[in-house]
Amino acid sequence: MDWEFILEKLLLITVVVTVSLVVAMYATYIERKFAGFIQDRYGPDRAGPFGILQPLADGLKLFFKEEVIPSHSNKLLFVLGPCLAMLTAMMTSAVIPWSSPIEIGGRTVSLQIADINIGILYVFGVVSMGVYGMMIGGWASNNKFSLMAALRGASQAISYELAMGLSLIAVLMLSGSLSLRVITEQQVTGLWNIVYQPLGFLIFFVCALAECNRAPFDLPEAESELNFGYHQEYSSMKLGFFLFAEYINMFISCALIATLYLGGYDMPFVNEANLSGSSAAIVGAVALFSKTFFLILVFMWIRWTLPRFRYDQLMNLGWKSLIPLALANMLITGAVILWTMKG
Amino acid sequence: MSITHLLFWFLTVLALGSALMVIFSKNPVHSILWLIATFFAISGHYILLNAQFLAIVNIIVYAGAIMVLFLFVVMLMNLNSASIPLKNKWLGFAGVISGGSLLLVLTAALKDTEIMRNDVMMKTGDIGLIHNLGLVLFKDYVLPFEISSVLFLSAMVGAVVIGKKD
Repeated sequence: MDWEFILEKLLLITVVVTVSLVVAMYATYIERKFAGFIQDRYGPDRAGPFGILQPLADGLKLFFKEEVIPSHSNKLLFVLGPCLAMLTAMMTSAVIPWSSPIEIGGRTVSLQIADINIGILYVFGVVSMGVYGMMIGGWASNNKFSLMAALRGASQAISYELAMGLSLIAVLMLSGSLSLRVITEQQVTGLWNIVYQPLGFLIFFVCALAECNRAPFDLPEAESELNFGYHQEYSSMKLGFFLFAEYINMFISCALIATLYLGGYDMPFVNEANLSGSSAAIVGAVALFSKTFFLILVFMWIRWTLPRFRYDQLMNLGWKSLIPLALANMLITGAVILWTMKG
Repeated sequence: MSITHLLFWFLTVLALGSALMVIFSKNPVHSILWLIATFFAISGHYILLNAQFLAIVNIIVYAGAIMVLFLFVVMLMNLNSASIPLKNKWLGFAGVISGGSLLLVLTAALKDTEIMRNDVMMKTGDIGLIHNLGLVLFKDYVLPFEISSVLFLSAMVGAVVIGKKD
């Protein structure tokens, strides 16, 4: 084991986690500003110039609130729920290549925490773990509304995971690799995957909305039916963790969509091979982050435009529209690949 | 003692300990959570054996999908320790005898096999990597593989038929 390697990875993990937290923090601010813009009002503007200290004020408020643990709840699991939600939200960031490798003092430093050859499956494993935070939290609260919301959330997540996986298989057939770095590098040299997979991109995007519990798929926290959703009994920073995990999920899944379909750290109209190592890395990081922020804005735009689905509509869309569409997409992609290989 | 050995013992203790906790927990939800921990420990063993694909599929399918269904059922039926009826004393007795016989048969079957004589080889071999596994499945074992997929399909059709109203 070489210590520089461990140090380098630890540093990278710290940076990625910090960046995700800060982005998630400011995503709440941007969302409220954006909602204000769409609804023709100001949004938060009291704390600091243009209200940019609002996320800090919100965080402080959550920290200082009284912490209530319901007396009939299962205390251990009640605390475990938000922790799991936060943990699974952060874990996906480990396989995303944030930019091309840089050279520091003769060492090539890869800006990806772990380049494992099963990258996409790892993402799936973490996504399938994501429902546990919600389910455990909802169940441990010992509240009917929380339990119903948690079960709704879990069934929604596992329904949309299927279509998500099927749309990903088409990308895998194109790239022939499960490593996110290889998929990105193919897009840097060739065309972006969205050109080959427009339908797959759409399906994946809709499923990502559903997996993040964003409107119009925010059934687990439908206030009008379930009071407040699975985190009804939570207060103080534990509630903050649940809400925060949602924004981290949104950031990471937008980064993942950008990596899979929109070329990752590829800056359009720029030939990265002409740039030196570190400036290429900076350009790459800027490209990936601007794509991610664009997608986050689209997520928010959708939230403040579309009303919430009814529960049966949600299930019908998932099982009867998206899964057959994704299957057809997969078959057509396979057929075309076979056809071009013969010709 | 290298890191691999330390990891091996850590995972082994974790797997056996949480498997025991599955049995000894009074609360069924706790049992399920311990079972998930067991699956994670076993996946860790797969990674030590360089079988990454198997490890991640174990997590996705067992820890991710099947255990969610278990949790669903337990949460919806609201099982807890008070509602479990007292079992017949003879039932426990029969359980111990049949479980013990199974253990005996398994030990007898494994005792003289090739596997037991070799030490476990960690971090070697590349058959578990997804590329090689795919080639083996779709070249050498393509017929059994396809037949088992038909089996899954029929199970799915059966579930849909049962789930259909009227």
